[in-house]
Amino acid sequence: MRGYSFPALVGRALRGHRGWPKAWRSAEPERSYDVIVIGAGGHGLATAYYLAKNHGITNVAVLEKGWLGGGNTGRNTQVTRSNYFWPQSAAFFERSLKLYENLSRELNFNVMLSQRGILTLAHSHHEMEALRRWTNAIRINGIDSEVMTPSEIGKLVPLLNLDARFPVHGGFIQRRGGISRHDAVAWGYARAANALGVSIVQQCEVTGFDIADGRVAGVTTSRGSIAAEKVCICVAGHTSVLAAKAGFRVPITSMALQAMVSEPIKPCLDTVVLSPAIHAYVSQSDRGELVLGGGADGYNSYAQRGGIPLLEENLAALIELFPAFSRLRLMRQWAGIVDITPDTTPIMGLTPVKNLYLSGGWGTGGYKAIPAGGETMAHTVAHDAPHPLIADFGLDRFESGALIDEGAASGVAH
Amino acid sequence: MSPSQPLRKAQGGRIDRTRTVAFRFDGRRYLGHPGDTLASALLANGVKVMGRSMKLHRPRGVLSAGVEEPNALFSVDWGSGKIPSIRATVMPALDGLVAQSQNCFPSVNFDLGRALDFTHRLWPAGFYYKMFKWPSWRAFEWAVRRTAGIGRLPDGTDRTRYRHLNSHCDVLVVGSGPSGLAAALEAGRRGEDVLVVEQDVAFGGSLLHDPMAIDGAASDDWLEAALAELDGMDNVRLMANATAAGCYDHNLVTIHDRSAAYRSDGPVETFHKVRARRIVLATGATEQPMLFGNNDLPGIMLAGAVHAYVGRYAVNCGQRVAGVVNNDAGWHSLLAVHDAGTAVRAIVDTRGDVERELLDAAEERGIAVHPGATPLTARGSSGVRGLRFAAANETTKQVDCDLIAMSGGLNPTTQLYSQAGGKLRYDERRHCFVPDKDPADLDVVGAASGSFGWENGSSVRPCTVAPVRTGRQWVDFQHDVTAADIELAVRENYVSVEHMKRYTTAGMAVDQGKTSNLGVLSLLAQLTGRSPGEVGTTTARPQFMPVTMGAIAGNRRGDFYRPAKRLAAHDWHAGEGAVFDDYGAWKRPAFYGDDRDASIAREVLAVRQSVGFFDGSPLGKIEVKGPDAARFLDRIYVNNVLTLKPGRVRYGLMLNENGVVIDDGVFVRQDEDHFLVNTTSGNAERIAAWLEEWHQCEFFDMRLVLSNVTSQWAVATLAGPDARAVLQSLPGLIDLSTASFPHLRFAAGHLADGMPYRLQRVSFSGEQSYELSVPSNRAASIFERLQAAAGPGKLVPIGVEALMVLRTEKGFVHVGVDTDGTTNPLDIGFGAVVDRKQRDFIGARSLARPNDRRTDRRQLVGFELLDRNASVPAGAHFVTGSNGGRRSEGFVTSACDSPTLGRTIGIGLIEGGFGRKGEEVLVYDSGRNLPARIVDPCFYDPSGERMRA
Amino acid sequence: MLRIPCPYCGERDEAEFRYGGEVPGSIPQTDVGDQAWADYLFARDNPKGLVHERWCHSHGCGQWFNVVRDTVTHRIHAVYGAGEAPPVVDCSNESQADGGR
Repeated sequence: MRGYSFPALVGRALRGHRGWPKAWRSAEPERSYDVIVIGAGGHGLATAYYLAKNHGITNVAVLEKGWLGGGNTGRNTQVTRSNYFWPQSAAFFERSLKLYENLSRELNFNVMLSQRGILTLAHSHHEMEALRRWTNAIRINGIDSEVMTPSEIGKLVPLLNLDARFPVHGGFIQRRGGISRHDAVAWGYARAANALGVSIVQQCEVTGFDIADGRVAGVTTSRGSIAAEKVCICVAGHTSVLAAKAGFRVPITSMALQAMVSEPIKPCLDTVVLSPAIHAYVSQSDRGELVLGGGADGYNSYAQRGGIPLLEENLAALIELFPAFSRLRLMRQWAGIVDITPDTTPIMGLTPVKNLYLSGGWGTGGYKAIPAGGETMAHTVAHDAPHPLIADFGLDRFESGALIDEGAASGVAH
Repeated sequence: MSPSQPLRKAQGGRIDRTRTVAFRFDGRRYLGHPGDTLASALLANGVKVMGRSMKLHRPRGVLSAGVEEPNALFSVDWGSGKIPSIRATVMPALDGLVAQSQNCFPSVNFDLGRALDFTHRLWPAGFYYKMFKWPSWRAFEWAVRRTAGIGRLPDGTDRTRYRHLNSHCDVLVVGSGPSGLAAALEAGRRGEDVLVVEQDVAFGGSLLHDPMAIDGAASDDWLEAALAELDGMDNVRLMANATAAGCYDHNLVTIHDRSAAYRSDGPVETFHKVRARRIVLATGATEQPMLFGNNDLPGIMLAGAVHAYVGRYAVNCGQRVAGVVNNDAGWHSLLAVHDAGTAVRAIVDTRGDVERELLDAAEERGIAVHPGATPLTARGSSGVRGLRFAAANETTKQVDCDLIAMSGGLNPTTQLYSQAGGKLRYDERRHCFVPDKDPADLDVVGAASGSFGWENGSSVRPCTVAPVRTGRQWVDFQHDVTAADIELAVRENYVSVEHMKRYTTAGMAVDQGKTSNLGVLSLLAQLTGRSPGEVGTTTARPQFMPVTMGAIAGNRRGDFYRPAKRLAAHDWHAGEGAVFDDYGAWKRPAFYGDDRDASIAREVLAVRQSVGFFDGSPLGKIEVKGPDAARFLDRIYVNNVLTLKPGRVRYGLMLNENGVVIDDGVFVRQDEDHFLVNTTSGNAERIAAWLEEWHQCEFFDMRLVLSNVTSQWAVATLAGPDARAVLQSLPGLIDLSTASFPHLRFAAGHLADGMPYRLQRVSFSGEQSYELSVPSNRAASIFERLQAAAGPGKLVPIGVEALMVLRTEKGFVHVGVDTDGTTNPLDIGFGAVVDRKQRDFIGARSLARPNDRRTDRRQLVGFELLDRNASVPAGAHFVTGSNGGRRSEGFVTSACDSPTLGRTIGIGLIEGGFGRKGEEVLVYDSGRNLPARIVDPCFYDPSGERMRA
Repeated sequence: MLRIPCPYCGERDEAEFRYGGEVPGSIPQTDVGDQAWADYLFARDNPKGLVHERWCHSHGCGQWFNVVRDTVTHRIHAVYGAGEAPPVVDCSNESQADGGR
């Protein structure tokens, strides 16, 4: 892999940028691999990368039905944070944030991590109590978080209307939270995995599994059958579809999660602001657009487009909190298909089929989990046993009842 | 001719020459006429440079005459505050308007940011992915952010009124060019409900600048007649200055209507949601630029735009025009421009096989034609001075000009079509993407369907003919994406069209690629040896044109944003000095008086010592009636419902199927087959809906009806040792003595004056307590009567916060506060009730799972701080270990400085709590650790004597 | 915004309705095993294509009913009453062809 750096850029600039190599090669499918990862989104690519890097397993193919990074990885609102309530969640997402903090250098690709802080608002006395419970949990989990008073919040986010219909009673901030560049994460992992020998096969849709005696032996695809020792499903949004092909059901509902951006303007918002009660969720991208996270349209969907009721609700909430945004214009609205689990915690680990592994159920928050998701799934695939960080995230929790309900505990879904 | 408008023709155009408008641009005053856009008026005044590009700060002039404009974006104030990135090409030139160029310092003509252009080699596509990694992106981000973005946040307050309108129609026609109007006439004459939407201020589309013969008549006459006929039909609505911005499921089209947006007496923007049985898209086509070196210089415009400016606005955009075309539509524009008096000197056509007819037309007019030529570079720095091109014989030639009119072919405007699910096909002959398979109930007509009119024999050539490295060729003007950037992205294997778009940011500017997407695809196809059809397109998303966010939100602002529910006696409470807070959707008295803590303490002590009064009206009240009512509720509650006798009240828990407590409250058996279910205040509607769902979807064979009567009854709760005496003074009430009306009883009847009442003796405070329900509209009057009966100052109104203290002292749980989405009934001490019930109830099976039976689950306990003077809030955690190894064992769910006990107490959930009474633990809050002792959750009157007194 | 045909009131906008999710299997007896209980409680077909689901016309007649809808195109193919057997709908292959109307 040729290095990306400022001197390299200057050197190639002098030669008209003719010297840059491919970021990754477009591999053709081969007859067999040691491991097949289905889905070249952030999680699939990261899983392949860590399989090669941490476990020396390089005969790996990542099969992608479309183009890499084209699913939810390229459609989310780019927020990274680790302010989780339950210790299992906190440990996992904190690991992910730590990996993010070094990711640009690890991958030699600037993922533009901007740790500008993520501010969560409370709008009543009782919400403030719930938020205090959450903040204390985060601190006990060893993660930074500070309770803020309304006047401190006013100084940090001057455009915020503290006397809104639901007045701001306070909030808390995780200063290490922030945003990064989603495409760069996918491309960076793709390039780094490729450099370690991983094959990325785009335009190759998995249509079925080759399963004998309860053990997976390969997959069938739109470009023929491919054998593999082990197969890992990383297709958030379509987990149910793939699981059905492998013969089992999962506790997942797919819905269209909306996001939207305004026209770009000069910097006016330096923090990610989130109001769980009002469902407003906004940051300003480095390009200047206001990036708004919406909720999911409230019914099952595999259509990557959003509806109107939620759009109206999201913008009403935003403008109630930020009246100054009312005259800005909305440029684009889109949606990604997300896997919602009953407890909003992902499903990671083994499946009823031997040597078939699953990473899914990421709900609305898979992006921030990409590095740790890849790292722990690579471990899980390599050892045929869940990584300790994800031991509680398995499918078996639904049978025992040991759900990890982050939404119920902290009042905010992932 | 107005002397201030040197490039305005003496006559013609659709402007009102009898009047002038005066506006400012970058501090200078300009004149124009009603009917002008800002762009046409500035062009008439000879203004060439109107903006700076986003990345490299290149000077830019106006490119187009429509919504696709990427360059001439202004900050505009028409009394609205400064609104960023308004397209000068569609913004009416209003009298008194103030416009400013954007993204430049100190001025649009001399911009220091141009330094980025001079060092452009350092900033190729995606440069930021390759650098800024050390020490961290944060160290550079602030600077990069400041160069990004175009306009600035609007200033001042928003005076616009935003409204929503819903409507239906049989046929929605989008676009009012000749095809759209023809479709509207046809449908209108059939008697169908028709809505015609036009984003321009005037109807007519291309006819406004490009007259033609229609049905044997001059198009001006045809247009006038068509509009008159449509106007005369009651079944046709015409809407101008309104953009169809999005097409959603089931033929819903959203329209952003700006027809009243510029009114000085209170601007209005309307967001229409139109449900159409059939949609007709007559959205026309967008002319594409040609690619050649320096094709972004001010003075290089789309040929159709030059035509529009001269035809509609009577503005000569230049004196000496050179045309660069690859198609016949460009020829049509250039010939029309020439005939209108803007001399065309030469036409460079990349096609070798230009039709004889066109060549003759050029010869007649003395226009030099260069068929089969390749445009190379435009000369000039802040304006065009000439064009270099390679003639068919490969000699390099040059033509002097001050305006280059280019036409890279037309591309159907298909954004709405794609949003509606239509599929596009690449048309090899026209070199553009045309509708292929129409979705149901949608038709595309006219240029939008790919029939452009001006086609002779020869097909269109791609707009990308010059070698990629011939100078710098702009593909996306606003984001400064050049052909070399596309080439670099291809070299790096970003060859999927989505990768290309994201890596180079081409097509992601505010114009959303209306004049760049086709160029990117053509180049990408050429560089990868594919056809553009194989490359495919990106998916168009709403909005077609950016829509004011306020318009989408509508009037849901301030008090109209999720309107608060007010108590029937809200004003009475206000008169008593209530301080209101939000409790779910309700505004309720939190406490009465100025000092929060003192008020709460006073109210609590009133209940403990004499009598307090609480407005419990939001308490959920659901009537369940029918022969199977008892059987149904027995399925709903954890508790036994069948054994409850009429006139009795029982406390119960509701679970979801996962065994989690979702609500609690008492239920009353008014009669054998008539129950009244009380829910917590915040949950009334949710539980009512949930019960309906169970009844209708699962237990539909049970005979019963459900009715949510929460808002019909106001509830006055009287609690305290003197409660009975005060209440008994209401004439006509039953005998309240404990002997005849003990705790957990219900009665209903009429007061002496005929007012119906319901009375239940239940207690959330731990004192003797009565909940009296009367019709809601009598709330204030009954409160006043009770107050009068008690005597001055005796009946103390108490707020929600005092009640919370009272029930915390008593150890009563508040579902949703002391429980969360993981708490089962065993965790809060209802294990015996669960185990006693032999019949199935919702959630029962889940409680048998191993995890639900673990003894180390978080269980409800009370705690008291060892330091009597210390205090701790709800939200603190019970922890073990110290820094580093600290672990949460649970948390404080409710805490208060108890006025009754004179110390801080609270309840919470802690692992294995039932077995830990008396144990000392640490309570952690924001870095503090306080020692506490685990005790029984009931701190007050554990035997319940006072409650039953 | 969907247009949902309420069997009692006629076609209305999505905003008037409440969603109830996929029609679940019938409630198992209490003596069912943990695995079967988890399957009933949590596992969903979540099909890409036709789904049988519950809707309630909550801001209308208040009645629950069932809908057969395509989760890719969002086209509604049939409605039927709560507790009734679903009608046979044969159009499972049109999903991709007609993107969303």
